[in-house]
Amino acid sequence: MDNNHVVLETKNLNVFYGNFLAIKDVNFQVFRNQITAIIGPSGCGKSTLLRSFNRMNELVPSARSEGKILFNGEDIYDPTIDPVEVRRKIGMVFQKPNPFPKSIYENIAWGLKINGFRGSKSEMDDLVEQALRGAALWDEVKDKLDQSGLSLSGGQQQRLCIARAIAIKPEVILMDEPASALDPIATLKIEDLMRELKENYTIVIVTHNMQEAARVSDYTAMMMLTGEGERSGTVIEFDRTNIIFTRPKDKRTEDYITGRFG
Amino acid sequence: MSTLTALRDVTFERNLSLRKLKGKLFEIIAFFAILLGIAMLLTLLIDVFLDGLPWISTKLITEFPSRFPDKAGLRSALQGSVWLMVLTAVMAIPIGVGAGIYLEEFAPQNRITRFIEINVANLAGVPSIIYGLLGLGLFVRQLGLGRTLIAGAMTMALLVLPIIIVTTREAIRAVPQSIRQAALALGATDWEVSRDHVLVYSAPAIMTGIILAMSRAIGETAPLITIGALTYIAFDPKGPFDIFTVLPIQIFNWVSLPNPDFHGLAAAGIIILLAVLLSMNALAIWLRNRLQIRW
Repeated sequence: MDNNHVVLETKNLNVFYGNFLAIKDVNFQVFRNQITAIIGPSGCGKSTLLRSFNRMNELVPSARSEGKILFNGEDIYDPTIDPVEVRRKIGMVFQKPNPFPKSIYENIAWGLKINGFRGSKSEMDDLVEQALRGAALWDEVKDKLDQSGLSLSGGQQQRLCIARAIAIKPEVILMDEPASALDPIATLKIEDLMRELKENYTIVIVTHNMQEAARVSDYTAMMMLTGEGERSGTVIEFDRTNIIFTRPKDKRTEDYITGRFG
Repeated sequence: MSTLTALRDVTFERNLSLRKLKGKLFEIIAFFAILLGIAMLLTLLIDVFLDGLPWISTKLITEFPSRFPDKAGLRSALQGSVWLMVLTAVMAIPIGVGAGIYLEEFAPQNRITRFIEINVANLAGVPSIIYGLLGLGLFVRQLGLGRTLIAGAMTMALLVLPIIIVTTREAIRAVPQSIRQAALALGATDWEVSRDHVLVYSAPAIMTGIILAMSRAIGETAPLITIGALTYIAFDPKGPFDIFTVLPIQIFNWVSLPNPDFHGLAAAGIIILLAVLLSMNALAIWLRNRLQIRW
Protein backbone atom coordinates (compact mmCIF):
# COMPACT_ATOMS: atom_id res chain seq x y z
CA MET A 1 0.00 0.00 0.00
CA ASP A 2 1.16 3.50 -0.80
CA ASN A 3 1.77 5.28 2.46
CA ASN A 4 2.69 8.58 0.83
CA HIS A 5 -0.93 9.57 0.47
CA VAL A 6 -2.41 8.68 3.81
CA VAL A 7 -5.06 11.30 4.65
CA LEU A 8 -6.59 9.72 7.74
CA GLU A 9 -5.02 7.22 10.06
CA THR A 10 -6.32 5.76 13.30
CA LYS A 11 -3.83 4.66 15.94
CA ASN A 12 -5.07 2.28 18.64
CA LEU A 13 -8.43 4.00 18.62
CA ASN A 14 -10.84 3.05 21.41
CA VAL A 15 -14.28 4.63 21.70
CA PHE A 16 -16.39 4.31 24.83
CA TYR A 17 -20.01 5.11 25.58
CA GLY A 18 -19.86 5.47 29.33
CA ASN A 19 -18.07 2.33 30.48
CA PHE A 20 -19.03 0.41 27.37
CA LEU A 21 -16.15 -0.11 24.94
CA ALA A 22 -17.88 0.27 21.56
CA ILE A 23 -14.87 0.00 19.28
CA LYS A 24 -11.42 -1.04 20.35
CA ASP A 25 -7.91 -0.88 19.03
CA VAL A 26 -8.76 0.22 15.51
CA ASN A 27 -5.78 0.73 13.21
CA PHE A 28 -6.21 1.54 9.57
CA GLN A 29 -5.57 4.19 6.94
CA VAL A 30 -7.57 6.16 4.43
CA PHE A 31 -5.78 7.06 1.21
CA ARG A 32 -6.11 10.25 -0.80
CA ASN A 33 -8.57 10.23 -3.72
CA GLN A 34 -9.68 6.73 -2.91
CA ILE A 35 -12.98 5.37 -1.70
CA THR A 36 -12.65 3.41 1.50
CA ALA A 37 -15.59 1.27 2.56
CA ILE A 38 -16.26 0.20 6.15
CA ILE A 39 -18.36 -2.97 6.19
CA GLY A 40 -19.54 -5.36 8.87
CA PRO A 41 -22.64 -6.63 10.65
CA SER A 42 -25.10 -4.36 12.44
CA GLY A 43 -23.95 -2.94 15.75
CA CYS A 44 -20.24 -3.54 15.20
CA GLY A 45 -19.35 0.15 15.45
CA LYS A 46 -19.08 1.21 11.80
CA SER A 47 -20.94 4.47 12.32
CA THR A 48 -19.12 5.13 15.58
CA LEU A 49 -15.82 4.80 13.73
CA LEU A 50 -16.98 7.02 10.87
CA ARG A 51 -18.30 9.68 13.25
CA SER A 52 -14.99 9.70 15.09
CA PHE A 53 -13.28 11.03 11.96
CA ASN A 54 -15.06 14.39 12.11
CA ARG A 55 -15.61 14.40 15.87
CA MET A 56 -19.39 14.14 15.47
CA ASN A 57 -19.37 11.22 17.85
CA GLU A 58 -18.61 13.44 20.82
CA LEU A 59 -22.10 14.95 20.43
CA VAL A 60 -23.25 11.79 22.23
CA PRO A 61 -22.92 12.99 25.83
CA SER A 62 -21.35 9.79 27.19
CA ALA A 63 -18.91 9.25 24.31
CA ARG A 64 -15.18 9.32 25.00
CA SER A 65 -12.21 8.16 22.97
CA GLU A 66 -8.61 7.07 23.44
CA GLY A 67 -5.81 6.76 20.93
CA LYS A 68 -5.22 8.99 17.94
CA ILE A 69 -6.78 9.88 14.64
CA LEU A 70 -4.22 11.57 12.42
CA PHE A 71 -5.52 13.89 9.70
CA ASN A 72 -2.60 14.70 7.39
CA GLY A 73 -0.33 13.74 10.27
CA GLU A 74 -2.04 15.93 12.88
CA ASP A 75 -4.02 14.41 15.76
CA ILE A 76 -7.59 15.72 15.49
CA TYR A 77 -8.20 14.78 19.13
CA ASP A 78 -5.36 17.01 20.33
CA PRO A 79 -6.80 19.37 22.98
CA THR A 80 -5.72 22.39 20.93
CA ILE A 81 -7.80 21.31 17.93
CA ASP A 82 -11.31 22.75 17.64
CA PRO A 83 -13.85 20.20 16.37
CA VAL A 84 -15.45 22.95 14.29
CA GLU A 85 -12.20 23.20 12.28
CA VAL A 86 -12.11 19.43 11.81
CA ARG A 87 -15.68 19.31 10.52
CA ARG A 88 -15.03 22.12 8.09
CA LYS A 89 -12.35 19.98 6.38
CA ILE A 90 -13.98 16.59 6.84
CA GLY A 91 -17.55 16.76 5.58
CA MET A 92 -20.34 14.31 6.17
CA VAL A 93 -23.36 12.87 4.36
CA PHE A 94 -25.90 11.14 6.56
CA GLN A 95 -27.95 7.99 6.26
CA LYS A 96 -31.27 9.77 5.88
CA PRO A 97 -31.22 12.80 3.59
CA ASN A 98 -31.38 15.86 5.85
CA PRO A 99 -31.61 19.02 3.76
CA PHE A 100 -32.39 22.22 5.63
CA PRO A 101 -36.02 23.34 5.25
CA LYS A 102 -34.70 26.31 3.29
CA SER A 103 -34.44 26.94 -0.45
CA ILE A 104 -32.18 24.70 -2.53
CA TYR A 105 -29.93 27.73 -3.04
CA GLU A 106 -29.76 28.47 0.69
CA ASN A 107 -28.98 24.84 1.47
CA ILE A 108 -25.68 25.28 -0.38
CA ALA A 109 -25.02 28.94 0.39
CA TRP A 110 -25.36 28.63 4.17
CA GLY A 111 -22.24 26.50 4.60
CA LEU A 112 -20.27 28.99 2.52
CA LYS A 113 -21.55 31.94 4.56
CA ILE A 114 -20.78 30.55 7.98
CA ASN A 115 -17.33 29.50 6.80
CA GLY A 116 -16.54 33.11 5.99
CA PHE A 117 -17.25 33.41 2.27
CA ARG A 118 -17.67 37.15 1.64
CA GLY A 119 -17.82 37.24 -2.17
CA SER A 120 -20.38 38.98 -4.34
CA LYS A 121 -23.81 37.61 -5.18
CA SER A 122 -22.63 36.43 -8.59
CA GLU A 123 -19.62 34.66 -7.10
CA MET A 124 -21.95 32.96 -4.67
CA ASP A 125 -24.25 31.98 -7.55
CA ASP A 126 -21.25 30.42 -9.31
CA LEU A 127 -20.24 28.42 -6.23
CA VAL A 128 -23.79 27.15 -5.72
CA GLU A 129 -23.97 26.08 -9.36
CA GLN A 130 -20.55 24.44 -9.13
CA ALA A 131 -21.58 22.45 -6.07
CA LEU A 132 -24.88 21.35 -7.62
CA ARG A 133 -23.10 20.34 -10.83
CA GLY A 134 -20.55 18.47 -8.74
CA ALA A 135 -23.38 16.50 -7.15
CA ALA A 136 -25.01 15.84 -10.57
CA LEU A 137 -28.11 17.75 -9.50
CA TRP A 138 -27.82 21.04 -11.39
CA ASP A 139 -29.87 20.10 -14.45
CA GLU A 140 -32.74 18.90 -12.31
CA VAL A 141 -32.97 21.95 -10.04
CA LYS A 142 -31.52 24.92 -11.97
CA ASP A 143 -35.00 26.37 -12.62
CA LYS A 144 -36.24 26.01 -9.05
CA LEU A 145 -33.37 27.08 -6.84
CA ASP A 146 -35.77 29.08 -4.67
CA GLN A 147 -37.92 26.06 -3.84
CA SER A 148 -37.57 24.25 -0.55
CA GLY A 149 -34.97 21.50 -0.37
CA LEU A 150 -37.69 19.36 1.18
CA SER A 151 -39.69 19.50 -2.06
CA LEU A 152 -37.16 17.24 -3.82
CA SER A 153 -37.34 13.45 -4.04
CA GLY A 154 -35.32 11.34 -1.62
CA GLY A 155 -32.52 10.70 -4.09
CA GLN A 156 -32.37 14.36 -5.08
CA GLN A 157 -32.36 15.37 -1.42
CA GLN A 158 -29.38 13.12 -0.79
CA ARG A 159 -27.51 14.63 -3.76
CA LEU A 160 -28.40 18.07 -2.40
CA CYS A 161 -26.77 17.01 0.87
CA ILE A 162 -23.70 15.91 -1.06
CA ALA A 163 -23.68 19.24 -2.93
CA ARG A 164 -23.94 21.03 0.42
CA ALA A 165 -20.98 19.04 1.75
CA ILE A 166 -18.71 19.62 -1.27
CA ALA A 167 -19.59 23.32 -1.57
CA ILE A 168 -17.24 24.20 1.26
CA LYS A 169 -14.45 22.18 -0.36
CA PRO A 170 -13.61 19.64 2.31
CA GLU A 171 -10.72 17.24 1.85
CA VAL A 172 -12.62 14.18 2.99
CA ILE A 173 -16.30 13.26 2.70
CA LEU A 174 -17.67 10.76 5.19
CA MET A 175 -20.78 8.93 4.05
CA ASP A 176 -22.90 6.97 6.52
CA GLU A 177 -24.93 4.50 4.43
CA PRO A 178 -25.84 7.30 2.02
CA ALA A 179 -27.99 5.12 -0.22
CA SER A 180 -29.75 2.93 2.33
CA ALA A 181 -32.92 5.06 2.30
CA LEU A 182 -33.03 5.25 -1.51
CA ASP A 183 -34.45 3.13 -4.30
CA PRO A 184 -32.06 1.18 -6.58
CA ILE A 185 -31.99 3.81 -9.35
CA ALA A 186 -31.24 6.65 -6.95
CA THR A 187 -28.64 4.38 -5.34
CA LEU A 188 -26.86 3.86 -8.66
CA LYS A 189 -26.81 7.62 -9.23
CA ILE A 190 -25.18 8.15 -5.85
CA GLU A 191 -22.61 5.44 -6.61
CA ASP A 192 -21.78 6.97 -10.01
CA LEU A 193 -21.44 10.30 -8.27
CA MET A 194 -19.01 8.84 -5.74
CA ARG A 195 -16.74 7.59 -8.51
CA GLU A 196 -16.68 11.11 -9.98
CA LEU A 197 -16.14 12.75 -6.62
CA LYS A 198 -13.05 10.73 -5.81
CA GLU A 199 -11.14 12.68 -8.46
CA ASN A 200 -11.19 15.62 -6.07
CA TYR A 201 -12.07 14.21 -2.69
CA THR A 202 -11.24 11.34 -0.41
CA ILE A 203 -14.32 9.33 0.51
CA VAL A 204 -15.02 7.05 3.45
CA ILE A 205 -18.31 5.18 3.24
CA VAL A 206 -20.09 2.98 5.75
CA THR A 207 -22.36 0.45 4.14
CA HIS A 208 -24.45 -2.57 5.00
CA ASN A 209 -24.55 -3.53 1.40
CA MET A 210 -21.56 -5.65 0.40
CA GLN A 211 -22.33 -5.36 -3.30
CA GLU A 212 -22.20 -1.61 -2.91
CA ALA A 213 -18.83 -1.82 -1.18
CA ALA A 214 -17.55 -4.12 -3.94
CA ARG A 215 -18.89 -1.85 -6.68
CA VAL A 216 -17.60 1.52 -5.52
CA SER A 217 -14.74 1.18 -3.08
CA ASP A 218 -11.00 0.88 -3.61
CA TYR A 219 -10.21 -0.19 -0.06
CA THR A 220 -12.33 -2.05 2.44
CA ALA A 221 -12.15 -2.24 6.21
CA MET A 222 -13.96 -5.26 7.63
CA MET A 223 -15.33 -4.70 11.14
CA MET A 224 -16.54 -7.40 13.52
CA LEU A 225 -17.47 -7.72 17.18
CA THR A 226 -14.60 -9.20 19.19
CA GLY A 227 -13.21 -9.24 22.69
CA GLU A 228 -14.84 -10.30 25.92
CA GLY A 229 -18.36 -11.49 25.19
CA GLU A 230 -17.97 -10.21 21.61
CA ARG A 231 -19.22 -6.78 22.49
CA SER A 232 -16.58 -4.44 21.11
CA GLY A 233 -16.13 -3.83 17.41
CA THR A 234 -12.78 -3.65 15.69
CA VAL A 235 -11.32 -3.68 12.21
CA ILE A 236 -10.34 -7.32 11.68
CA GLU A 237 -9.06 -6.91 8.16
CA PHE A 238 -8.14 -4.01 5.93
CA ASP A 239 -6.99 -4.29 2.34
CA ARG A 240 -7.71 -3.43 -1.26
CA THR A 241 -11.38 -4.15 -1.97
CA ASN A 242 -10.64 -6.72 -4.70
CA ILE A 243 -8.48 -8.68 -2.27
CA ILE A 244 -11.04 -8.53 0.56
CA PHE A 245 -13.72 -9.82 -1.76
CA THR A 246 -11.64 -12.49 -3.55
CA ARG A 247 -9.02 -13.78 -1.14
CA PRO A 248 -9.63 -12.49 2.37
CA LYS A 249 -7.04 -13.55 4.91
CA ASP A 250 -9.43 -13.74 7.84
CA LYS A 251 -11.89 -16.62 7.97
CA ARG A 252 -14.54 -14.35 9.56
CA THR A 253 -14.31 -11.91 6.63
CA GLU A 254 -14.77 -14.75 4.21
CA ASP A 255 -17.79 -16.06 6.13
CA TYR A 256 -19.34 -12.61 6.21
CA ILE A 257 -18.94 -11.73 2.56
CA THR A 258 -20.04 -15.13 1.37
CA GLY A 259 -23.18 -14.88 3.51
CA ARG A 260 -22.20 -17.64 5.91
CA PHE A 261 -21.98 -15.25 8.84
CA GLY A 262 -23.98 -15.80 12.00
CA MET B 1 -49.43 -32.29 16.47
CA SER B 2 -50.69 -32.31 20.03
CA THR B 3 -50.87 -28.50 20.21
CA LEU B 4 -52.86 -28.40 16.99
CA THR B 5 -55.36 -30.89 18.37
CA ALA B 6 -55.67 -28.90 21.58
CA LEU B 7 -56.44 -25.77 19.61
CA ARG B 8 -59.20 -27.51 17.75
CA ASP B 9 -60.90 -28.38 21.04
CA VAL B 10 -61.37 -24.74 22.13
CA THR B 11 -64.93 -23.52 21.72
CA PHE B 12 -65.55 -19.87 20.88
CA GLU B 13 -68.70 -18.02 21.71
CA ARG B 14 -68.82 -15.59 18.84
CA ASN B 15 -71.67 -13.40 19.99
CA LEU B 16 -71.01 -10.71 17.41
CA SER B 17 -74.30 -8.84 17.86
CA LEU B 18 -73.67 -8.35 21.59
CA ARG B 19 -70.13 -7.12 20.92
CA LYS B 20 -71.42 -4.66 18.38
CA LEU B 21 -74.13 -3.50 20.77
CA LYS B 22 -71.50 -2.72 23.41
CA GLY B 23 -69.64 -0.61 20.90
CA LYS B 24 -72.80 1.24 19.94
CA LEU B 25 -73.63 1.87 23.58
CA PHE B 26 -70.21 3.38 24.20
CA GLU B 27 -70.58 5.58 21.15
CA ILE B 28 -73.93 6.93 22.43
CA ILE B 29 -72.49 7.70 25.88
CA ALA B 30 -69.53 9.50 24.30
CA PHE B 31 -71.89 11.48 22.05
CA PHE B 32 -73.92 12.71 25.03
CA ALA B 33 -70.74 13.67 26.84
CA ILE B 34 -69.70 16.00 24.02
CA LEU B 35 -73.29 17.24 23.65
CA LEU B 36 -73.37 18.22 27.31
CA GLY B 37 -70.15 20.18 26.99
CA ILE B 38 -71.31 22.04 23.92
CA ALA B 39 -74.74 22.73 25.44
CA MET B 40 -73.15 24.27 28.52
CA LEU B 41 -70.93 26.51 26.43
CA LEU B 42 -73.84 27.56 24.20
CA THR B 43 -76.08 28.36 27.18
CA LEU B 44 -73.31 30.49 28.63
CA LEU B 45 -72.70 32.33 25.37
CA ILE B 46 -76.40 32.89 24.64
CA ASP B 47 -77.00 34.16 28.17
CA VAL B 48 -74.06 36.55 27.96
CA PHE B 49 -75.10 37.80 24.54
CA LEU B 50 -78.73 38.33 25.57
CA ASP B 51 -77.63 40.36 28.58
CA GLY B 52 -74.73 42.15 26.96
CA LEU B 53 -75.67 42.94 23.38
CA PRO B 54 -77.98 45.89 24.27
CA TRP B 55 -75.02 47.47 26.09
CA ILE B 56 -72.51 47.09 23.27
CA SER B 57 -71.82 50.56 21.93
CA THR B 58 -68.88 52.81 21.19
CA LYS B 59 -69.40 54.34 24.60
CA LEU B 60 -68.23 51.07 26.08
CA ILE B 61 -64.81 51.73 24.58
CA THR B 62 -64.61 55.51 24.83
CA GLU B 63 -65.95 56.13 28.34
CA PHE B 64 -64.37 55.71 31.74
CA PRO B 65 -66.20 53.72 34.44
CA SER B 66 -68.93 55.71 36.13
CA ARG B 67 -71.56 55.57 38.83
CA PHE B 68 -74.16 55.93 36.09
CA PRO B 69 -74.59 52.84 33.88
CA ASP B 70 -75.45 54.99 30.85
CA LYS B 71 -72.12 56.77 31.02
CA ALA B 72 -69.91 53.85 32.08
CA GLY B 73 -67.31 52.32 29.78
CA LEU B 74 -64.21 50.16 29.67
CA ARG B 75 -61.78 52.81 28.44
CA SER B 76 -59.32 52.63 31.31
CA ALA B 77 -59.70 48.86 31.65
CA LEU B 78 -58.98 48.28 27.94
CA GLN B 79 -55.95 50.52 28.07
CA GLY B 80 -54.85 48.84 31.28
CA SER B 81 -55.11 45.41 29.63
CA VAL B 82 -53.11 46.56 26.60
CA TRP B 83 -50.44 48.18 28.78
CA LEU B 84 -50.28 45.10 30.98
CA MET B 85 -49.96 42.75 28.03
CA VAL B 86 -47.23 44.80 26.34
CA LEU B 87 -45.21 45.19 29.54
CA THR B 88 -45.66 41.51 30.38
CA ALA B 89 -44.56 40.53 26.88
CA VAL B 90 -41.49 42.76 27.02
CA MET B 91 -40.35 41.06 30.23
CA ALA B 92 -41.59 37.50 29.80
CA ILE B 93 -40.74 36.81 26.14
CA PRO B 94 -36.96 37.42 26.17
CA ILE B 95 -36.51 35.72 29.53
CA GLY B 96 -38.83 32.79 28.76
CA VAL B 97 -37.56 32.11 25.26
CA GLY B 98 -33.97 32.59 26.41
CA ALA B 99 -34.42 30.16 29.28
CA GLY B 100 -36.08 27.63 26.95
CA ILE B 101 -33.21 27.86 24.46
CA TYR B 102 -30.62 27.51 27.20
CA LEU B 103 -32.28 24.47 28.76
CA GLU B 104 -32.78 22.75 25.42
CA GLU B 105 -29.63 23.65 23.47
CA PHE B 106 -26.84 24.59 25.85
CA ALA B 107 -27.44 23.31 29.39
CA PRO B 108 -25.29 20.34 30.43
CA GLN B 109 -27.31 17.18 30.95
CA ASN B 110 -26.93 16.81 34.70
CA ARG B 111 -28.93 16.66 37.90
CA ILE B 112 -29.13 20.43 38.37
CA THR B 113 -30.57 20.90 34.88
CA ARG B 114 -33.12 18.17 35.44
CA PHE B 115 -34.05 19.70 38.79
CA ILE B 116 -34.65 23.07 37.12
CA GLU B 117 -36.63 21.49 34.30
CA ILE B 118 -38.95 19.63 36.64
CA ASN B 119 -39.56 22.72 38.72
CA VAL B 120 -40.28 24.93 35.72
CA ALA B 121 -42.87 22.38 34.60
CA ASN B 122 -44.35 22.35 38.12
CA LEU B 123 -44.49 26.15 38.24
CA ALA B 124 -46.86 26.08 35.27
CA GLY B 125 -49.38 24.36 37.53
CA VAL B 126 -49.13 26.69 40.55
CA PRO B 127 -52.45 28.52 41.24
CA SER B 128 -52.33 32.08 39.99
CA ILE B 129 -53.32 33.54 43.37
CA ILE B 130 -49.93 32.39 44.69
CA TYR B 131 -48.23 34.56 42.06
CA GLY B 132 -50.45 37.40 43.19
CA LEU B 133 -49.28 37.00 46.78
CA LEU B 134 -45.66 36.90 45.59
CA GLY B 135 -46.23 40.04 43.51
CA LEU B 136 -47.84 41.80 46.44
CA GLY B 137 -45.04 40.91 48.82
CA LEU B 138 -42.10 41.36 46.48
CA PHE B 139 -42.95 43.95 43.82
CA VAL B 140 -45.66 46.08 45.48
CA ARG B 141 -44.23 46.17 49.01
CA GLN B 142 -40.57 45.07 49.07
CA LEU B 143 -39.50 46.86 45.89
CA GLY B 144 -41.91 49.68 46.68
CA LEU B 145 -43.44 49.75 43.20
CA GLY B 146 -46.93 50.22 44.61
CA ARG B 147 -50.08 49.03 42.84
CA THR B 148 -48.70 50.06 39.48
CA LEU B 149 -48.80 48.62 35.99
CA ILE B 150 -45.17 47.58 36.26
CA ALA B 151 -45.81 45.61 39.46
CA GLY B 152 -48.81 43.93 37.81
CA ALA B 153 -46.83 43.17 34.65
CA MET B 154 -43.94 41.71 36.65
CA THR B 155 -46.40 39.46 38.48
CA MET B 156 -48.02 38.40 35.20
CA ALA B 157 -44.59 37.83 33.65
CA LEU B 158 -43.77 35.41 36.48
CA LEU B 159 -47.11 33.70 35.91
CA VAL B 160 -46.64 33.13 32.17
CA LEU B 161 -42.86 32.47 32.23
CA PRO B 162 -43.24 28.72 32.84
CA ILE B 163 -45.73 28.49 29.95
CA ILE B 164 -43.35 30.27 27.60
CA ILE B 165 -40.35 28.23 28.74
CA VAL B 166 -42.19 24.94 28.34
CA THR B 167 -43.61 25.76 24.89
CA THR B 168 -40.26 27.10 23.71
CA ARG B 169 -38.58 23.88 24.77
CA GLU B 170 -41.20 21.78 23.03
CA ALA B 171 -40.87 23.86 19.86
CA ILE B 172 -37.09 23.49 19.90
CA ARG B 173 -37.30 19.78 20.59
CA ALA B 174 -39.50 19.36 17.51
CA VAL B 175 -36.56 20.40 15.29
CA PRO B 176 -35.01 17.07 14.26
CA GLN B 177 -31.58 16.21 15.62
CA SER B 178 -30.53 15.39 12.04
CA ILE B 179 -30.79 19.09 11.10
CA ARG B 180 -28.45 20.10 13.92
CA GLN B 181 -26.03 17.40 12.86
CA ALA B 182 -26.17 18.50 9.22
CA ALA B 183 -25.28 22.05 10.26
CA LEU B 184 -22.54 21.02 12.70
CA ALA B 185 -21.00 18.74 10.06
CA LEU B 186 -20.51 21.81 7.84
CA GLY B 187 -18.28 23.34 10.49
CA ALA B 188 -20.90 25.50 12.21
CA THR B 189 -20.60 26.62 15.82
CA ASP B 190 -23.38 25.85 18.30
CA TRP B 191 -24.56 29.44 18.15
CA GLU B 192 -24.74 29.42 14.34
CA VAL B 193 -26.81 26.24 14.44
CA SER B 194 -29.23 27.77 16.96
CA ARG B 195 -29.43 31.14 15.22
CA ASP B 196 -29.88 30.04 11.60
CA HIS B 197 -31.69 26.74 12.03
CA VAL B 198 -33.17 25.74 15.37
CA LEU B 199 -34.63 29.15 16.22
CA VAL B 200 -35.82 29.84 12.67
CA TYR B 201 -37.64 26.53 12.34
CA SER B 202 -39.13 26.59 15.83
CA ALA B 203 -40.19 30.26 15.64
CA PRO B 204 -43.80 29.62 14.52
CA ALA B 205 -44.40 27.19 17.39
CA ILE B 206 -42.70 29.55 19.87
CA MET B 207 -44.89 32.42 18.62
CA THR B 208 -47.98 30.27 19.11
CA GLY B 209 -46.93 29.57 22.68
CA ILE B 210 -46.29 33.27 23.33
CA ILE B 211 -49.71 34.28 22.03
CA LEU B 212 -51.42 31.66 24.19
CA ALA B 213 -49.40 32.84 27.20
CA MET B 214 -50.43 36.44 26.50
CA SER B 215 -54.09 35.51 26.22
CA ARG B 216 -53.72 33.82 29.59
CA ALA B 217 -52.26 37.05 30.99
CA ILE B 218 -55.19 39.09 29.63
CA GLY B 219 -57.79 36.79 31.16
CA GLU B 220 -56.18 36.43 34.59
CA THR B 221 -57.90 38.23 37.45
CA ALA B 222 -56.92 36.74 40.78
CA PRO B 223 -53.25 37.82 40.96
CA LEU B 224 -54.11 41.36 39.95
CA ILE B 225 -56.86 41.63 42.54
CA THR B 226 -54.32 40.39 45.08
CA ILE B 227 -51.81 43.09 44.23
CA GLY B 228 -54.59 45.67 44.44
CA ALA B 229 -55.70 46.52 40.91
CA LEU B 230 -59.33 46.42 42.01
CA THR B 231 -59.80 50.18 41.95
CA TYR B 232 -61.78 52.92 40.30
CA ILE B 233 -59.64 54.36 37.50
CA ALA B 234 -61.06 57.32 35.59
CA PHE B 235 -57.98 58.43 33.65
CA ASP B 236 -55.77 57.06 30.85
CA PRO B 237 -52.71 55.29 32.24
CA LYS B 238 -49.71 57.30 31.03
CA GLY B 239 -46.90 54.91 31.84
CA PRO B 240 -45.71 51.81 33.68
CA PHE B 241 -45.78 53.55 37.05
CA ASP B 242 -49.47 54.51 36.96
CA ILE B 243 -52.10 52.61 38.89
CA PHE B 244 -54.43 50.67 36.65
CA THR B 245 -57.31 48.29 36.19
CA VAL B 246 -57.91 45.61 33.54
CA LEU B 247 -60.89 44.14 31.67
CA PRO B 248 -61.68 41.12 33.87
CA ILE B 249 -61.39 43.23 37.01
CA GLN B 250 -63.73 45.90 35.67
CA ILE B 251 -66.18 43.14 34.76
CA PHE B 252 -65.88 41.65 38.24
CA ASN B 253 -66.43 45.11 39.64
CA TRP B 254 -69.64 45.66 37.69
CA VAL B 255 -71.00 42.21 38.50
CA SER B 256 -70.64 42.95 42.22
CA LEU B 257 -72.74 46.13 42.01
CA PRO B 258 -76.46 45.85 42.92
CA ASN B 259 -77.86 47.84 39.95
CA PRO B 260 -78.90 45.27 37.26
CA ASP B 261 -77.87 47.69 34.49
CA PHE B 262 -74.29 47.11 35.56
CA HIS B 263 -74.81 43.39 35.07
CA GLY B 264 -75.69 44.13 31.43
CA LEU B 265 -72.52 46.21 31.18
CA ALA B 266 -70.56 43.32 32.67
CA ALA B 267 -71.98 40.96 30.05
CA ALA B 268 -71.00 43.42 27.35
CA GLY B 269 -67.50 43.51 28.85
CA ILE B 270 -67.37 39.73 28.78
CA ILE B 271 -68.26 39.79 25.07
CA ILE B 272 -65.37 42.15 24.40
CA LEU B 273 -62.96 40.11 26.51
CA LEU B 274 -64.09 36.91 24.74
CA ALA B 275 -63.63 38.57 21.36
CA VAL B 276 -60.07 39.58 22.27
CA LEU B 277 -59.19 36.13 23.64
CA LEU B 278 -60.76 34.19 20.78
CA SER B 279 -59.06 36.32 18.15
CA MET B 280 -55.70 35.80 19.87
CA ASN B 281 -56.25 32.04 19.96
CA ALA B 282 -57.39 32.08 16.34
CA LEU B 283 -54.20 33.94 15.40
CA ALA B 284 -52.17 31.31 17.24
CA ILE B 285 -53.89 28.46 15.40
CA TRP B 286 -53.51 30.24 12.07
CA LEU B 287 -49.80 30.81 12.69
CA ARG B 288 -49.31 27.20 13.66
CA ASN B 289 -51.05 25.84 10.57
CA ARG B 290 -49.56 28.36 8.20
CA LEU B 291 -45.93 28.59 9.10
CA GLN B 292 -45.07 25.33 10.77
CA ILE B 293 -42.61 23.12 8.90
CA ARG B 294 -43.72 19.59 8.17
CA TRP B 295 -40.61 17.42 8.40
